[in-house]
Amino acid sequence: MMDVLGQPVKRHEDDRLVRGKGQYTDDIRLPGMVYAHMVRSPHAHAKIKAIDTRAALALPGVLAVYVGSDLKDTVGMIPTAWIPPNAEMKMTPHPALAYDTVRYVGDGVAVVIAEDPYTASDAADLVQVTYAPLEAVVNPREATESDKPLVHQEIPDNVAFHWSVGADLDDVFAASEVVVRQEFRQQRLVPSAMEPRAAVAQYNPATEEMTVWTTTQNPHIHRLLMSGILGIPEHRLRVVAIDVGGGFGSKIACYPDEVVVAYAARALGRPVKWTETRQENFIATSHGRDHVQEVELAGTRDGRIEAIRVKAFSNLGAYLSTAAPGVPTILFGLILNGAYKIPQASVDVYGVVTHTTPVDAYRGAGRPEATYLIERMVDLYARELKMDPVEVRKMNLIPHESFPYTNPFGLEYDSGNYEGTLRRALEMVDYPQFRRDQESLRKQGKYIGIGFSTYVEMCGLGPSEVAGAVGFQGGLWESATVRVHPTGKVTVFTGASPHGQGEETTFAQIVSHELGMPVEDIEVVHGDTARIAMGWGTYGSRTTVVGGAALHMATQKIIAKATKIAAHKLEVSEVDVTFEAGQFGVAGVPGHGMSFASVALDAYLAWSLPEGMEPALEATAFYNPKNFTYPFGAHVAMVSVDPHTGDVELMRYIAVDDVGNIINPMIVEGQIHGGLVQGIGQALYEGAEFDDQGQLITGSFLDYAMPKARFFPQFETDHTVTPSPHNPLGVKGVGETGAIASTPAVVNAVMDALAPMGIRDIAMPLTPIKVWNAIHQQGGI
Amino acid sequence: MEHHRMEVTMTVNGRSVSRDIEPRVLLVHFLRDELQLTGTHVGCDTSQCGSCTVLIDGEAVKSCTVLAVQCMGQSVTTIEGLEQGSLHPMQEAFREKHGLQCGFCTPGVMMTAIQLLKQHPNPTESEIREGLDGVLCRCTGYETIVRSIQHAAGLMADQEPQPEEEVG
Repeated sequence: MMDVLGQPVKRHEDDRLVRGKGQYTDDIRLPGMVYAHMVRSPHAHAKIKAIDTRAALALPGVLAVYVGSDLKDTVGMIPTAWIPPNAEMKMTPHPALAYDTVRYVGDGVAVVIAEDPYTASDAADLVQVTYAPLEAVVNPREATESDKPLVHQEIPDNVAFHWSVGADLDDVFAASEVVVRQEFRQQRLVPSAMEPRAAVAQYNPATEEMTVWTTTQNPHIHRLLMSGILGIPEHRLRVVAIDVGGGFGSKIACYPDEVVVAYAARALGRPVKWTETRQENFIATSHGRDHVQEVELAGTRDGRIEAIRVKAFSNLGAYLSTAAPGVPTILFGLILNGAYKIPQASVDVYGVVTHTTPVDAYRGAGRPEATYLIERMVDLYARELKMDPVEVRKMNLIPHESFPYTNPFGLEYDSGNYEGTLRRALEMVDYPQFRRDQESLRKQGKYIGIGFSTYVEMCGLGPSEVAGAVGFQGGLWESATVRVHPTGKVTVFTGASPHGQGEETTFAQIVSHELGMPVEDIEVVHGDTARIAMGWGTYGSRTTVVGGAALHMATQKIIAKATKIAAHKLEVSEVDVTFEAGQFGVAGVPGHGMSFASVALDAYLAWSLPEGMEPALEATAFYNPKNFTYPFGAHVAMVSVDPHTGDVELMRYIAVDDVGNIINPMIVEGQIHGGLVQGIGQALYEGAEFDDQGQLITGSFLDYAMPKARFFPQFETDHTVTPSPHNPLGVKGVGETGAIASTPAVVNAVMDALAPMGIRDIAMPLTPIKVWNAIHQQGGI
Repeated sequence: MEHHRMEVTMTVNGRSVSRDIEPRVLLVHFLRDELQLTGTHVGCDTSQCGSCTVLIDGEAVKSCTVLAVQCMGQSVTTIEGLEQGSLHPMQEAFREKHGLQCGFCTPGVMMTAIQLLKQHPNPTESEIREGLDGVLCRCTGYETIVRSIQHAAGLMADQEPQPEEEVG
């Protein structure tokens, strides 16, 4: 049998998904099920004066209308689960339905339950809410000014936390030969998973059990949080996510909606389904990014970076979402030096509340905001010195012999060969030729540019001790159970919760490799708290890194027990038993052995097991990682800018990534592609915009530019392999690299193209009108 | 407010179906809620994402923009109707070339691609990319979707009945 590790094995999950047999939350249909529709605030900031539900309740088919005051005494606040240390964090009380004040457009004020979804929607329109609108604030830096309206009376200046790391660098900057300063607007993005959020709740009054099917990346975290909010003990609360149609961070959070649905199901004694519309997804599902960053870089005249100093205003929206405070602090601030050996660094982050949709993790979560900043600054520094940006990178990249490398914030980068990925990328682009072409085209009035991003990121979240130290209110280990059935077939139960990343296949590959059995004989179960004891879910590129390592440990336990059984059956000493390709043998005695499947059967029959051994063949392991993992790479974008229209065309895109060992190259490539399009989408197309009243003016796919197929050339990808030394599988994680690396590569390329016009920076997204305006503000071409 | 109802009859995946429904019911909700054909998905409310694309009398149509009653007497094919004993070449190709990740947009994308190959049996890459303008995918970055459609074009060309040789 061929070893499938490292092979492009076709995905198990596709057998159902290409047939339309996937089961997403909105596909669930239960007997007696009724439908919820939320009534949401049209104002960004207002007092609720009155809610009149009479007309809605009078509509035939309407069963109930619940408002904030109905839930107030029995349903707890929606919590945040990340409290960064030493940041004087203030909580934002977040009722499941607002009962006094609404704080963003989309804040829930009532829910209508009806026999069918159309009636629920009709009735929601009949709920009369009287508001007294108030002034709103949307920009995170402006929100901290003293004359601005407060989002929460408890939070002065709208600063929910102030987090700083690093020493005072005034002297370093004062003494430095070169200082480059730049402000960046890391714009707000809408994650836009293609499946809108949904929840179905069913309460069984006989067993007092609540089951909630929902669109989550982490069912066990949902269970933990909802248990507290609803007062249902965890052993009577089951959270299930069968198929989830993408998340990208937006399905980590516990939202008010699933809580309200569960409340209604219990109150009515009927199963209740709620599915958000895309319009609701735009306003009521968490957004990503949204920083104003003031950045300073100090360096020598010959190209050595000496220090980086950042002050960032991070927009958190109206309430602190589940993981929100960790994103602009730990996941952003601690990796600001990127892949560079920068001796000194400091960061100062203001977590600011505004009258906007809550902001939480979005693919990369903090690391794209950091990577953009440092990669752009390296280019601006190179430009200041009139040096080649590649040369400046080569001078400052952490050399491969320096690993493990402790960065200025104390993170220990596990392994790397940053020069290696840059070298490979340069081979793929023929850099000198590009510069020659660029020069000759400029003479013809044509502007092409090249941009680099030599990134590193931290993922595989993460060691639980570190999680605790940085204020994450949970562990970050992962669990795996390997159940070998009497026939030798295997079911794997993982506490991670993949939703498109393909671990039903990659996890089967790991087991197939280790137990020597066909992947078809291995089933991977995820996303159900009733079947999986505990786990922390899928985000932060952690599923294969942490969940895969747990699976490896559980499989090793299986092999250890099975070896003992085989030794007993074969009447030899355990040390003489060999195990290869699913077959137990005896060293030096060819032909004497037994299959793994027959050992499994013996384990279950238990007619003759070694003295004291328990029957059956099942093992559970909990893997607590020793460190984060640090994937890295070199990305190169080549663009052509039309100076007459401002249009940017992406000509070529080269991604050389090192994500450690690769289990399934087909899936890895797919993860990189998907990340690239999201990252390039941020550079060129996407941006959520609010007006001064807090109305989202990019609130549909008509207004928010989602990347389409025709925007992109074929991507050119390659890899180097530097295994993570502390991960049992040597993997590093790949889910976010594309989104982290690509944004600055593309913007650097556009700035390179526009360099002859003296343009230093354009705020993202680089839409044709912004580029055209920038060109014309510089006097045109 | 009592809603008027009417009977609608159409052919779905080769079978005649009749239901008494409100005339305002969208085809996609008719398929999902009345017929439990949940392979067709709703991804937006402005007809941008294409997750709901089905074939109506062989033409790719976004089923969120069509009332069920407008399909009276017509023939609708959904993702569940593609498979005839074995996977349709488009399904086979998407599996082979990793044309999907979360799978949510996939049924609509495949339906769109079937129409695309009808118009361009041997499409160029740019014809495929342009032809995907009516669909959104957030997972794949589209490249493996393009490869899947190219692969499907090859599979479908192989399946085309060869012209019969003339018997002299």
